[in-house]
Amino acid sequence: MALQDKYKELIDAATNAGVANLQVREQEGVLYIDGDTSGTTKQQLWDIYGKLDPDYSGGDLMLNINSIAGVSEGAKLKVTTNRTNLNIRKGPSTEDTVVGKAARHEIVTLVKKENDQWWYIQTKDGEEGYSYTQYLTPVE
Amino acid sequence: MRTKALQVMLLCTSLFLLATALPSCKGKIKDADISTAINEKIKTMTDMSGLTAAVKDGVVTLTGECKDEACKTVCETAVKAIAGVKSVVNNCTIAPPPAPVVVVPEANVDALTKAINDAVKDFPGVKTALNDGVLTLTGEVAKDKLQKLMMGLNALKAMGLKKIESAGLTKK
Repeated sequence: MALQDKYKELIDAATNAGVANLQVREQEGVLYIDGDTSGTTKQQLWDIYGKLDPDYSGGDLMLNINSIAGVSEGAKLKVTTNRTNLNIRKGPSTEDTVVGKAARHEIVTLVKKENDQWWYIQTKDGEEGYSYTQYLTPVE
Repeated sequence: MRTKALQVMLLCTSLFLLATALPSCKGKIKDADISTAINEKIKTMTDMSGLTAAVKDGVVTLTGECKDEACKTVCETAVKAIAGVKSVVNNCTIAPPPAPVVVVPEANVDALTKAINDAVKDFPGVKTALNDGVLTLTGEVAKDKLQKLMMGLNALKAMGLKKIESAGLTKK
C-alpha cells in the first residue's frame, strides 16, 4: 500500500485520463501500472513519474503504459527520433542489417505490427522494413 | 340426564385427544420445518450461500463449498442452533485458494535480452545485466535522455521484465 501512496498522483492521473485496461498491482516490492492510452497521456504520466522520482531510480515502479495498442495498419506515423534518422531494418532486431532510413519528422505508414517494439513500415519513397516503435508516434 | 352424560363423555374424549395429540406435535419437529429454517439461513447468511441441506429424522447433512474452515464451522453452528436438529453431518468442502494473479508474465530470457539490447542501443554509455527478470543498469546516461531510455525499458514488462535497478547508473 505504501507504494500506491508514493505514486498516488500518478495513479490518480492515469485514472482521470481514462487510461484503458488500467491495472495497478503491487508484487514483491514493485508497483506495476499497466494500461493503454494516447501518446500525449503517456508523456504526461511519465512527466509525473519524473517529478516523483527525478532519476527513475527507485526500482519500485514499472510504468508499462502502451500508447501504440490502438494504432492500426495503414496508420500514418511520424518519426520522432531525438536528432538522427530512423533506421529501417531487414528484421525485427538491431542485429538485423539496416536497409533504409527515415528522416526525423518524416511521415511513414504502418504496414504490419511485429510486436510492441518493432513495426514493419513503409516510407513515402517505398522503402520498407522494421523500425523501433519508440521512435514512431501516431499522427493524431 | 342422558345428554349430560354424553356431554361429559365428549369432554373427556376431547381432553384425552388433546392430551395425547399435543405432546406428539410439540415434542417432535418435522424434518420439513427444519429444512425451511435452514433454507432461510442459506438465504440470509452469506457464509451459507450456495450450500444445500438434507434433513432426515433431525439429522442434517450439509453439502456445498465454503470459502474456508472458519466458514464451515460457522455454518455448522448455525444449523445446530435450529430447534429440532439432533446432529449435523458437515460434508462441506473448502474452496481451493484462488490462483495467484500473474502480474509479470514468464520471460523468454533470450527474447528479453535481445529486446533490452535493442532498447539501450541508442544509449551507448549504458551497461545492462539481466538476472532472474531483474535488470541492473550501470554506466552513464545523459539526464535529458533518461526518460526515453526508461520508457523503452519499462515497456519490456510485457515481455517479463520484473524490475529495473538503476541506482548504479550515473545520470549526468
